[in-house]
Amino acid sequence: MGPSIKNIISLFLILLLSGCGTGQKQDPNTVTVWHWMSDREETFEILAQRYQQETGITVKFELFAPSEAYAQRVKASAQTNTLPDIFGILGEKRDFASFIKSGYVADLTEEMNIEGSAWKNRFFEKALAVNEFTEGNPHGVQPGMYGVPLDVTTIQMVYNKKLYTQAGLDPDAPPKTWEQFIAHCQKLKDAGIPRFVSGFGEIWMIDALASNLAMNLMGEDKVFKTYKGEVPYTDPDWVRVLSLFKQMADEKILVEGGVTMVNKTAEQTFANERAAYAFNGSWCVNVFKGMNPNLQYAAMLPPAVNVSHPVKIWGGAGSSFMVNKQSERRAGAVQFLKWMTDNAQQVTLAKETENLPSTKSSLDDILPILKEFADDMDNATHPNLYPVHESPQVTEAFDKGIQSILIGEKTPQALAEEVQKLKEKESRKKSS
Amino acid sequence: MNLHKLRNLIGNYLFVIPALVLFFTFSLYPFFKVFQLSVTDWDGISPTMHYVGFENFVDLFTDNPVFWLSMKNAGYVTFLALTAQNLLALLLALLCDREIKGGNVYRVIFYMPPVLSGIVVGLIWNWIYDGNYGLLNHFLEFIGLQEFTRAWLSDSKTALTAVSVIHMWKGFGWGFIIFLAGLQSIPRELYEAARVDGASSWVVFKNITAPLMIPVFMLVSILTILGTMQIFDIIISTTGGGPGYHTEVPITRILSTMIGSSKFGYASVMGVVFGLILLAISMIQIHVSRMMRQV
Repeated sequence: MGPSIKNIISLFLILLLSGCGTGQKQDPNTVTVWHWMSDREETFEILAQRYQQETGITVKFELFAPSEAYAQRVKASAQTNTLPDIFGILGEKRDFASFIKSGYVADLTEEMNIEGSAWKNRFFEKALAVNEFTEGNPHGVQPGMYGVPLDVTTIQMVYNKKLYTQAGLDPDAPPKTWEQFIAHCQKLKDAGIPRFVSGFGEIWMIDALASNLAMNLMGEDKVFKTYKGEVPYTDPDWVRVLSLFKQMADEKILVEGGVTMVNKTAEQTFANERAAYAFNGSWCVNVFKGMNPNLQYAAMLPPAVNVSHPVKIWGGAGSSFMVNKQSERRAGAVQFLKWMTDNAQQVTLAKETENLPSTKSSLDDILPILKEFADDMDNATHPNLYPVHESPQVTEAFDKGIQSILIGEKTPQALAEEVQKLKEKESRKKSS
Repeated sequence: MNLHKLRNLIGNYLFVIPALVLFFTFSLYPFFKVFQLSVTDWDGISPTMHYVGFENFVDLFTDNPVFWLSMKNAGYVTFLALTAQNLLALLLALLCDREIKGGNVYRVIFYMPPVLSGIVVGLIWNWIYDGNYGLLNHFLEFIGLQEFTRAWLSDSKTALTAVSVIHMWKGFGWGFIIFLAGLQSIPRELYEAARVDGASSWVVFKNITAPLMIPVFMLVSILTILGTMQIFDIIISTTGGGPGYHTEVPITRILSTMIGSSKFGYASVMGVVFGLILLAISMIQIHVSRMMRQV
């Protein structure tokens, strides 16, 4: 019995203590990258092999999907100081700021600016902006550049050219104004073609379209003033924005059941030619290719409600990578990211994954449909770039309220009053 | 105590320690950690947490109508599951308890939905409920009830019930298995004796089956309440909590507070309160079960 107890104790202690290590081997010639992009996994592996052949350095891409699981893993790893050399941060800019303030993300400003800002100048300005914190930013982050954009995204509209022709509309003349949009929808309706689909079950998509319409209708400044609390949501311009959704409901422009549709189903609906328009992101090029390679479609900006202000779309924010500030292989990680954002690698990524590259020089080598999305990059803005942010509670109530308008449960005026009341309550809470 | 006994005792405890370590690490520690987080304003990332006392609790109880609406929604789904789902499960178990042809095949078929992923089930039912091309609308049109066709998951009047039906379809199988196991543990002699005495099926059920099945009913109802109140995956894959807040449930609220608003502290309060409510319901049920057994 004696020796067996000793053996058991020894075995138990070995097992217990072996779990206390971090399990990370600090191989100076291996850079580890964590990501969530399952559609790019294969291309990342190809690029990793290419990098090893060129430099002798091994890059280990580790995929954690879906994105929600990835986001939680990164947060949990930050708590235990086990973040990899390179990782992405999913979420809003306040989350990004929190990672930086907690000392998990390296400041890349110096690297970006050396050699006459050669690295920095490769990128679309708006792609870099989401990774930048400027002087006096509301998050209190030391000004600097904290991430490297891998690709960019714009969220706008696409329309089906074949269905346009079927309805007797010019397939090369999508609607530019809201009135034209309504008129085209009527023609499509007359031809028995379902009109518009989007993943409005995911409320951030409602938020994207609503803020596009709001910025076009009243201009960015007034929208920001609303977020600051200087303009109420009961302002006629906001009620007008909500009325556009009411009009969509009244004219039955949204496909049946579209209010709670997840975006994947919405994409399938458009790809199957069961809707003439879709509000979606530039990633849809890759998605539609998989679902229906023969789909004839083109990109368009959301229709303008007011010609006095530009049509703004969400964009610029694609996938970005950050370097772990505490990594011993920080320099190697930066070198790899510089290599990844070289023209050759960006073209490979764009061609293989059909996402918009983050560097300007790669545009000549991408698909025409992707170019259409890229052409609208000048119109892009993003909540992460706003100088002021609406509280998540108010945003949610606004977006959920639009769902209620779309099902005829609420009026624009009633929702505007409800949201304003919540806004005032949240402001009171914040100030107390 | 001699040395031999002491060694034996230590040996026994050593075998228990791994299980205890696992229990403390993965059950007890997270449980207390959630309590600790609930009195902070932690954002889920920052290494420091600010103590805010019971501020989050006060806000949840006095100023968060959406959370309580989500509780009500979950309560509605639970009520349907407790009644319709369990009634169906019991009925099928009673049928399969008899010597019927192909009984094992039915058991396998009935137990298939619970083993499917909630997300997969949700996506399948999205297709059934689809407003344009859905199987249900197609069937209604076929039988001449086209006036009842609609986008089931987007209509505020039907969304929550539609989601409940999916949940019940997915969940009745395990209730069925537990009921069947309970029925098969009842001694057959009791039924034979009752038949000899000329008892009808209803009398047999009322006086033999039902009283002996009370512990099983309680077990199934506790599991139904705990499982249904925590409904989540089906909601995410069908309605996302919409339209509006019509299908929001506590877990979707906790998740959106945690991830959407980065308020881990506040989400922990929701978790604590929700957990305590479930605990209270379970305790009441156990108490009622004991009282019924005494009767």
